[in-house]
Amino acid sequence: MRLFEIAAFAVRGLTANKMRSGLTTLGILIGVASVILLIAVGNGASSAVQQSIAGLGTNILTISPQRAQPGSTVKPLTTADAAALVGPDSPDVKYASPVVSAQATAGYGTTSYAISQFIGSDPRYFDTTNSAVAQGNLFSDNDVQQARKVVVIGATVATQLFPGTDPVGKSMLVNNIPFTVIGVLAAKGSSGLQDADDMAVAPLTTTQNALTGYGSLSQIVVQARSADALPNAQAQVTTILNGRHKVTQTADYRILSQDQLLTARTATTETFTVLLASVAAISLLVGGIGITNIMLVTVTERIREIGIRKAVGAPRSSILGQFLIEATLLSLFGGFLGVAAGVIGSRFTIAGIQPVLVPSSVLLAFAVSALIGLFFGSYPASRAAKLRPIEALRHE
Amino acid sequence: MSPVIEVRNLRKTYGAGDTAVHALRGLDLTVEKGEYIAIMGASGSGKSTLLNILGCLDVPSSGKYLLDGIDTGEFDEEQLSLLRNRKIGFVFQSFNLVPRTTALANVELPLVYAGVRRAQRRERALAALDLVGLKERTHHRPNELSGGQQQRVAIARALVTSPAIVLADEPTGNLDTESSREVLGILDRLNASGRTVVLITHEDEVAAHAMRTVRVVDGSVQTGGVAGVLV
Ligand SMILES: Nc1ncnc2c1ncn2[C@@H]1O[C@H](COP(=O)(O)OP(=O)(O)OP(=O)(O)O)[C@@H](O)[C@H]1O
Ligand SMILES: [Mg+2]
Repeated sequence: MRLFEIAAFAVRGLTANKMRSGLTTLGILIGVASVILLIAVGNGASSAVQQSIAGLGTNILTISPQRAQPGSTVKPLTTADAAALVGPDSPDVKYASPVVSAQATAGYGTTSYAISQFIGSDPRYFDTTNSAVAQGNLFSDNDVQQARKVVVIGATVATQLFPGTDPVGKSMLVNNIPFTVIGVLAAKGSSGLQDADDMAVAPLTTTQNALTGYGSLSQIVVQARSADALPNAQAQVTTILNGRHKVTQTADYRILSQDQLLTARTATTETFTVLLASVAAISLLVGGIGITNIMLVTVTERIREIGIRKAVGAPRSSILGQFLIEATLLSLFGGFLGVAAGVIGSRFTIAGIQPVLVPSSVLLAFAVSALIGLFFGSYPASRAAKLRPIEALRHE
Repeated sequence: MSPVIEVRNLRKTYGAGDTAVHALRGLDLTVEKGEYIAIMGASGSGKSTLLNILGCLDVPSSGKYLLDGIDTGEFDEEQLSLLRNRKIGFVFQSFNLVPRTTALANVELPLVYAGVRRAQRRERALAALDLVGLKERTHHRPNELSGGQQQRVAIARALVTSPAIVLADEPTGNLDTESSREVLGILDRLNASGRTVVLITHEDEVAAHAMRTVRVVDGSVQTGGVAGVLV
């Protein structure tokens, strides 16, 4: 008896019960696709964080106040500190922007929206954070001096508060104080766990007046003249601040370069990736159990059929061959569809994250599911094929 | 000439120990070529057990079963499947057709395993279906056929390989009088064309079709078998 005939039985077996074949395929599809997608999302999150930090540019230093240590006093970072950082004593410092930030509730008409980052700074801030304007204008130094109530909003805030209308020129309430929207920033996308467009920037003076008060700055963002000048700039900034804060032993502020920031953030996203990988492993397991289950049911349901075939003289090898081919077709078909679904799914943004495919995960998910399908599709069948025909026929 | 079926001291025990069921207890039976035999006996007396062994669907616990003079106990699984395919046609009380598969494909099944080519297979299967009067139903699936029609498909499947022996376990047990008559008519014609037929039945009218009735009592044959041409 030829292989072709056995393959024909396998195909007929699959098409005879389309519902069962469909469900099996679906089980494998979901298993494969979910594993591929989950790993891609984890990978996408971590690469987004890295990109957003790299996007800051390599010539940036961030100074933030240190938390108070026992036995030492902490002087706040002030606007004067920021101003002092630019001058003849620090030839390698190009700008130093004071930054305050707060959460704020914004309202327009009947809608209100909680902006996760409301930032007060000067116009250089846009430059150092690589923020481009999409509509309208950025504010100027003059706006900062005059403490004008103007604001530049991020893309998320624009869509949330001004759906279908042009926000530029509109008056928006921030903690019940009216601000005029003068510009909308170009969308940056999400940086992993946080939406970089869920923000608004107003002049430092205005923000301090309206929201944060005149306490410590949240940050001073320093831009060096070039990436190569960064170590010199850091040394100059340290000298000036130590002098101003009368630091003797431990500094009451912290300087982070973009490199250090990257290292710190990478550690966080690695944890995140490990977490997602374990979720993926669990879903692979659950998918595998699902495939096992449906394959076992499929074969058990057909032990009688195996008995009938044996009763009319089918040799064991042809029954084995038939079920092996059926299981192979189902596993491969389901696996391919799963890979397709995973790859297509990873083109869409999921929970604010653009997934990035990991080729090895595609291979892993496909191989594991196909092998599980193959094993549990053919192993019970091979056991049934060993039964005496009458035992198989009596099977309930 | 050796008998087509020769059974010596056949025993079959299900289970072991206290719960062991002795379905056959040293049964002897000889069936000559071309005979038509009815096996009768009380429920649970071991008729089906015997017929399953004769059909090589099951193996005895001890004893000899010679088929055409050859001891089947020496056959391996591969040779047994060949025997089932070439020499024996088995008809079950519960039809046992492959579900969701057309009558034609069901009848072709033994021929596929026999390695018969497609065109010839089709021709022979159609001829077998014609013989049982189901030429019009070749593309129906089992669930689209009546019980009697399903049993006729099963008989077509049993005779399509031109086996020497046709074994039937209560072939009319699930059928009404009219369908029974049709099925028995087919078996009569098969026997008339030289096939050996062994069937199990509970009904005297059915047994009347046979040349000889064998009574099974408690796992062995009651001696002095009645000639059952007319009852
Ligand atoms: N697979 C099995 N396991 C255990 N006992 C079995 C098995 N098959 C049959 N038996 C027992 O063997 C005995 C004979 O069974 P068998 O099916 O041969 O009876 P039968 O004569 O065909 O009866 P019926 O006329 O009701 O079909 C019964 O007591 C039955 O319970
Ligand atoms: Mg019985």
